[in-house]
Amino acid sequence: MNGLPSKLDRTAVMWIGLAVFAAFCFALRGELRWLSDYPGTLVIPLAAWLNVVMTWFVSTFQFIFRGISAVMDVPMAAIQAALHWLPWPATMAVFTALAFRAGGWKLALFTFLSMTYMLVTGYWFESMNTLALVGVSVPLSIAIGFGLGVLSFRSDTARKIVDPMLDLMQTVPAFAYLIPILLLFGFGPVVGLIASAIYAAPPMVRNTILGLERVPPEIRESGQMSGCTNRQTFWLVQLPTAMPQIMVGVNQSIMAALSMVIIAAIIGGFGDIGWEVLSTMRKAQFGQSLLAGIVIAILAMIMDRVSRGLTDLERNLAYSQLPPKQRHGHWIVAGIVAVAAILLAQVFPELKVFPDEWIFHHAVSLWLNAGIDEIVRNYSAVLDGIKNSANFFVLLPLRIGLIKAVYPKFWGFAMTPEIAALYWGAAILLLGYCVWKGKKSLAIVIGIATPILFWGLNGTPWPVFIALVGLTAYLAGGWKVCAFAVASLVFMLVNDLWEETMRSVYLCGAAVFLCFVIGGSLGVWAAHSDRVSAILRPVNDTLQTMPQFVILIPVLMFFAVGEFSALLAVILYAVVPPIRYVEHGLRNVPAHVVEAAKQIGCTPRQILFEVKLPLALPVIMLGLNQTIMYGLAMLVIAALVGTKGLGQAVYLALGKADTGMGLVAGLSIALVAMTADRTIQAWSNRKRKALGL
Amino acid sequence: MSDSTGGAPDSRPVKLSCRNIWKVYGNDPAQFFDKGDGKVGDPDAHTARIRDEGHIVAAGDVSFDVHAGEIFIIMGLSGSGKSTMVRCLSRLVEPTAGEVLLDGENLLTASEKELIEIRRHKMGMVFQNFGLLPHQTVLQNVAFPLKVQGVGLAEREAKAREMISLVGLDGRENAFPRQLSGGQQQRVGIARSLCVDPEMWFLDEPFSALDPLIRRQMQDEFVRLQTMLHKTIVFITHDFLEALKLGDRICIMKDGRVVQIGTPSELVLNPADDYVAEFTEDVPLVRVIRVRDVMEPITGDAPGDGSSVSPDMCLEEILPAFAGTDRPLVVRDGDGKAVGRVTPAGVVKSLAAGEKRQGAAQGAA
Ligand SMILES: Nc1ncnc2c1ncn2[C@@H]1O[C@H](COP(=O)(O)OP(=O)(O)OP(=O)(O)O)[C@@H](O)[C@H]1O
Ligand SMILES: [Mg+2]
Repeated sequence: MNGLPSKLDRTAVMWIGLAVFAAFCFALRGELRWLSDYPGTLVIPLAAWLNVVMTWFVSTFQFIFRGISAVMDVPMAAIQAALHWLPWPATMAVFTALAFRAGGWKLALFTFLSMTYMLVTGYWFESMNTLALVGVSVPLSIAIGFGLGVLSFRSDTARKIVDPMLDLMQTVPAFAYLIPILLLFGFGPVVGLIASAIYAAPPMVRNTILGLERVPPEIRESGQMSGCTNRQTFWLVQLPTAMPQIMVGVNQSIMAALSMVIIAAIIGGFGDIGWEVLSTMRKAQFGQSLLAGIVIAILAMIMDRVSRGLTDLERNLAYSQLPPKQRHGHWIVAGIVAVAAILLAQVFPELKVFPDEWIFHHAVSLWLNAGIDEIVRNYSAVLDGIKNSANFFVLLPLRIGLIKAVYPKFWGFAMTPEIAALYWGAAILLLGYCVWKGKKSLAIVIGIATPILFWGLNGTPWPVFIALVGLTAYLAGGWKVCAFAVASLVFMLVNDLWEETMRSVYLCGAAVFLCFVIGGSLGVWAAHSDRVSAILRPVNDTLQTMPQFVILIPVLMFFAVGEFSALLAVILYAVVPPIRYVEHGLRNVPAHVVEAAKQIGCTPRQILFEVKLPLALPVIMLGLNQTIMYGLAMLVIAALVGTKGLGQAVYLALGKADTGMGLVAGLSIALVAMTADRTIQAWSNRKRKALGL
Repeated sequence: MSDSTGGAPDSRPVKLSCRNIWKVYGNDPAQFFDKGDGKVGDPDAHTARIRDEGHIVAAGDVSFDVHAGEIFIIMGLSGSGKSTMVRCLSRLVEPTAGEVLLDGENLLTASEKELIEIRRHKMGMVFQNFGLLPHQTVLQNVAFPLKVQGVGLAEREAKAREMISLVGLDGRENAFPRQLSGGQQQRVGIARSLCVDPEMWFLDEPFSALDPLIRRQMQDEFVRLQTMLHKTIVFITHDFLEALKLGDRICIMKDGRVVQIGTPSELVLNPADDYVAEFTEDVPLVRVIRVRDVMEPITGDAPGDGSSVSPDMCLEEILPAFAGTDRPLVVRDGDGKAVGRVTPAGVVKSLAAGEKRQGAAQGAA
């Protein structure tokens, strides 16, 4: 009775259904224009409506925000004034002592040398401005984050509001909410301050909640049984127990604040170090932007290490048990140096303002500019070769499809009907072979890749794409995830952002794919070699602490503005998660399973592909998730160096202070991120359960 | 369920009493109880009904009395509701219905403030995973209950030091919990729970997280402390041998319900059902049967010869006395009055009878 072969289960039927639907759409898209171009008459002017609301809101409530802005300006101006008034040797002494306290003489030396670098490159003034911004925004966001964290820990209602807010804040690019902030708070450094305080709060909220939730119930109960009142239970028992986790939040907040201060320079630019990098980058003065970029990089590293050192409980414990002489020695020395510097500065102005003659910024940057030019010129053949191959063989086919991308100049042949037939024939043969051999996943991948590579993402009708994403989401996580995915895509469609979305998806997809190829291989290598792992770890750490902005500089230097540069920047930033997760996943495969495989007689290769990788897959998929998040985040920054896509839409909106467009495009990015996130998480959880992990 | 207190009834006053305690988890547990006292006609049927409606009955109609100075043990498999019960007694968990009387006063109607006062002065608790504050030293941890009461630093540290040396941790006052072994951490937990001189002492599987050797050590330590302190104790365990060694009476729970309450020998010799029998099946009878269970009462004057034993000793302890002799032992109570005698034949007879009964129970199980 059963006419279908037994292999055709429900999933297979769905895929075949999709294939039929896709074939139908591809075939008819010539006649039915709306299949490839969503009709403009059906576009919902959400952005315009938002702008109306925003205009009303701004005109009504602006005075409040301007007031806040004025209030915030006071502490910032004060800190700024103090930092500029202090003679540089005094500032150096204080920060070096702080670094010593946080991380011993190594960190102190590093800090000292870094600050010397800021002096001699002439970025002292800008660095102090940046420090002042961070100095005000960090306490602010820690206070906000801690308050919200505690509130949502204690009240379910608050939790229900805060949770989705955090999800959005983490995925909506900062540029998008810079616009309303800008309109409400006005231009100037305070905007950067507020933006960074908002941007840096979520990690603090998350870690506060996490820390409090992870306090073992027994510890709370032991407090209650000791006779604590509610308040005592919270302040004396739960909070201190949660402290290590909350401190992780503090560190993350600091790093986020710094990276946002840099980004905010784009709008608030007022002679801080971010502005310096941006403006030199725009003028293609890569020597200067490299010098300034290094300042950001070392600022990030110092802040990271110092904040971690200062909040390390173990370390603080050991420190508090030292004799007073060792505990206060470095502070006393720093104090003496500082006072001496302040006094001497009255006589020697060189101590107050680092004299221009001592700065070799100009010479160095000229030399660097020349050097970079030299390299670019000498190796232009190689550099162009890399760039062009990537463009013509990877990016273009993905975007506009082989049908348009293949032409004789680069490929050596044209896309004649014969070659097209060859392409399809080979693909169908391969597909048939996979089905025959039962390699389902591979068959699906080939089935999806073949038409998309042929017509490009641009040439793929939107119903096909939505159906593909919807089906994937359904298979991974059921109806709810599917509904979310489809609704997200429809949101972009009706807001007339389809093309931009596809651009972002394609660039991000290509970057993620390459990240996984590169990072995955490195991760596998690192999982099998302690030496490689030891070498990669600091590299990864550095790449992760780097504000995204800085990564653009070397890329631009060698490859100029363009899509390839954006791709490269995204890869540089997003390659870290695959390395980490693949290594972690492989290293944590249960030892007894590997032993059993060895005992059976598997070769190392077989152990990797048959045992370790399948078992590590759920973890690796979480890495994929992270990679996508990182990729999208960087994509927005990369909009600065010329990409077309959602990031660019946000960035353009920022330039025009178009709140509606900025929010809609920003939300679209967030929805792409959340769709990917939900689908992958659901899949990974299911897989993990199936593996009994 | 059978509550056979058997033997000599406990003459000590009741310290803690719980009456028809219910703890139901779920969307709307209150709907199952019209009155707060937890008295229902047929508890078994009521439990079944609650479960049918998708709620969890963590404790169902639990009632028992704990006498002053008694060690009352609650036993049962994982998930049987032991922790829930002990937390209901201290109101760390709010019972859905029922009454808990401490010194005759209902704990469940006490206000938040009164409850805190009761916990500050009358109760101490020891936790399975110790529940120590990771950011405080041993000394600070032990002194913590006094600190929250507002006792001055010098006074509370003096008291804490006293407790620390009571549990044998002198010299580790300034260590942090993570620097101590499991056994040492639990000593800290014990010292902390004793710091306010509580009358009621709750211990929730205090030794389960320790390895067997340390566990034995801690049990001996516990016995030593109790002979000095005479607390009223509710002790949770899932180890019958531990219950046997430490407890006066044992309450066996299953799926939130009490199956049997009784002395160790009652549970071994008269298990209420297979569940109880299974718990007790590996127990050596010589550790369970006490002198009072096998002695023949004597009338008239005590014979002058033969060594004397106390009625509370278990057979394991008196067996060596029979080596090389078959003369009976004289049983004397606390005042030295002769109350009975034990003959080797009597011992063998009762062991044989016990073995048969235990065998029968196992056969049924
Ligand atoms: N907060 C809660 N919400 C829902 N169910 C709970 C809750 N706390 C306990 N339970 C359920 O109540 C039952 C009894 O739990 P309890 O912790 O008292 O068991 P236990 O006998 O102490 O077990 P163990 O030996 O594992 O400690 C269990 O089925 C448990 O799942
Ligand atoms: Mg328990």
